Amino acid sequence: MLEWHVSLRVFDKIYAAERLDSDDALELFHSDDLFGIGRAASSAAETRHDKKVYYTRNRHINPTNLCVNRCKFCAFSRSVGQDGAYAMTIDEILHTLAASASPFNELHIVGGLHPDWPFSYYLELISKIKLHHPHVQIKAFTAVEIDHFTKLSGLGLQGTLSKLKAHGLDMLPGGGAEIFNEGVRARLCPEKIHASRWLEIHEAAHNLGIKSNATMLYGHIETYEDRVEHLMALRQLQDSTGGFQAFIPLSYQPVDAVETTRYPSGIDDLKTIAISRLVLDNFPHIKAYWIMLGQKICQIALFFGATDIDGTVIEEKIAHSAGASSAPALTTAEMIHLITRAHKEAVQRNATYEEVQ
Amino acid sequence: MDGKLKQAARHLTETPLLELGQMADDCRVVLHPEHIVTFIVDRNINYTNVCVNKCSFCAFYKDEGSPEAYIIDEGVLMEKISETIALGGTQILIQGGLNPSLNIAYYSALLQKIKKMFTINIHGFSPPEIAYMASKAGLSIRETVITLKDAGLDSIPGGGAEILSDRVRQLISPRKINTATWLEVMKEAHLLGMRTTATMMFGTVETPQDIIAHLEAIWRLQGQTGGFTAFIPWTFQPGGSVLGREIIDSTGHATAVDYLRVLALSRIYLDNIKNIQASWVTQGIKTAQVALRFGANDFGSTMIEENVVKAAGVAFMVSKNDIIGAIKSTGFRPAQRDTYYNVLNYF
Ligand code: SF4
Ligand code: SF4
Repeated sequence: MLEWHVSLRVFDKIYAAERLDSDDALELFHSDDLFGIGRAASSAAETRHDKKVYYTRNRHINPTNLCVNRCKFCAFSRSVGQDGAYAMTIDEILHTLAASASPFNELHIVGGLHPDWPFSYYLELISKIKLHHPHVQIKAFTAVEIDHFTKLSGLGLQGTLSKLKAHGLDMLPGGGAEIFNEGVRARLCPEKIHASRWLEIHEAAHNLGIKSNATMLYGHIETYEDRVEHLMALRQLQDSTGGFQAFIPLSYQPVDAVETTRYPSGIDDLKTIAISRLVLDNFPHIKAYWIMLGQKICQIALFFGATDIDGTVIEEKIAHSAGASSAPALTTAEMIHLITRAHKEAVQRNATYEEVQ
Repeated sequence: MDGKLKQAARHLTETPLLELGQMADDCRVVLHPEHIVTFIVDRNINYTNVCVNKCSFCAFYKDEGSPEAYIIDEGVLMEKISETIALGGTQILIQGGLNPSLNIAYYSALLQKIKKMFTINIHGFSPPEIAYMASKAGLSIRETVITLKDAGLDSIPGGGAEILSDRVRQLISPRKINTATWLEVMKEAHLLGMRTTATMMFGTVETPQDIIAHLEAIWRLQGQTGGFTAFIPWTFQPGGSVLGREIIDSTGHATAVDYLRVLALSRIYLDNIKNIQASWVTQGIKTAQVALRFGANDFGSTMIEENVVKAAGVAFMVSKNDIIGAIKSTGFRPAQRDTYYNVLNYF
């Protein structure tokens, strides 16, 4: 239950441009002052980016849904031989990309942990894509996949990442972070790498000059304290590396397999975006990911500190397997319409946030 | 008065969204200090899809000769009503097209039969339907409303208002009743002691001035009669209609931000109407939840059936428990209400 109409000393800190601590962040989560929080986050966003809101023309490739992990909240993965299981060859992926009707400048590649594919499959995949699409930036492989690759390659973390980079990897997506609190993580996704490993992988990537994003899956069984702990861990790493580009809060979509039918309200989605903007003062962008939020909340989020709405996204398999009800793709015109109707300036970017055109 | 209109225009175009939301939220708190959000369990029954009006924004109507044209079978209708009651429903919303093969005797008989079989509130026939019945029967609006009321009609839905500006009506629904007739139906109903709602559909070709003229017309009538229970703004759903294709090709559809702006202004402007409904059917559950902080205090209906909107490509699967859960997760207390906004049950 929310506390109605608390007076917020934390606003004094915000407007004095002081860094918020965990207690401040918690106070914001517990507050019902949606408008005060939104206005503060919005001004934090405008300080950094004025009226600009970034979008990209991107494509998603999910090479396989076979996964040795089989996390229980994952509606995307399959076991070998199961109905709907698939694995694409490199040629199939290249064909799909070659046949793409609309142009794209960012490729987002994530998938399951295939039981048999060797590390060389992934290296070949990205180098061949780079060969055929030299101007496309490749944002690929969550920390969960990178961890899996280290076991395949035997090269250690740094060696594995360096190899990927040398073959064309431009940046890491932010997936697999879920929620860092170990107790919640053990209940939600015991199959996944530990939080410390996730952070270690991103740190190693940053140290090699590979930028990355970060996510947080919220609205399931975690508490506000867990959300704050998650944000603080990211802020701390960012203080030392500066390698994160965007933070992407992911609104939980209930699936039958998990012990909760709770899902975040639209108000919670907006507050979480706004509080992220206020707490993560060292992150360039907070992204409102329309695939998970729906395009309506995504647009409203532009008043709550979000400065990126992701991309046109062709082929988003993972969120839609979990029953996200948003349309599977947005055209560039629709993206621009949403942004300009919010009286913001639509700016097309590439994966590393350089303005395109 | 002029100041009020000017200020409203500023709210629609200039006032920062969150400031406007805050103002609307403050108005809502004054009228509804208890942090309760109401909803009704009811069923929308579309008795016919045949309509002579052929409005450009309508994805629901069919020609009389169309293979998909229908008039509801009476047995099916009664079955739907008893299902509604079994699900805890207290109201049926009966609406349909302007079907030339139906006359006032049909409607009266239908109402009487329903009332004989069931104890349920009949919320039915929007002003275009009532005006059409009147003209076919050669009765005045007042006589028609009396006839329907005597046959069992309890309250009237505020549909068919779209935008109460004859300039806009000429453009999007030239055959539909004009502003004066819409208001006349509502006024007569109110004077006969019936309660009605009022709606607004925006996001077509209207200007901010048209929206404000609409609010002003509703506000004035409410000042005279006090008969409106609630105001329900919603956005035009472009899917599947002639107008939809034109709008998408030209200015682009109304977005969530446009919706929240108009909703908030409605709460601020209509200080004499107690309830403002969020439209989850057109906006989705999450935006409707946000709407509860932009002036709305009611979540509308569980909509066991919503053919008109469904035809435009919006389909939401929602149960009473989903609605209760959706309200609870915003921090408000859900309460089931009746047609007149009396609370029946808290959750
Ligand atoms: S969430 Fe990722 S790691 Fe877990 S089963 Fe799904 S694809 Fe595999
Ligand atoms: S909106 Fe109503 S009056 Fe207009 S065509 Fe559709 S059913 Fe007929």
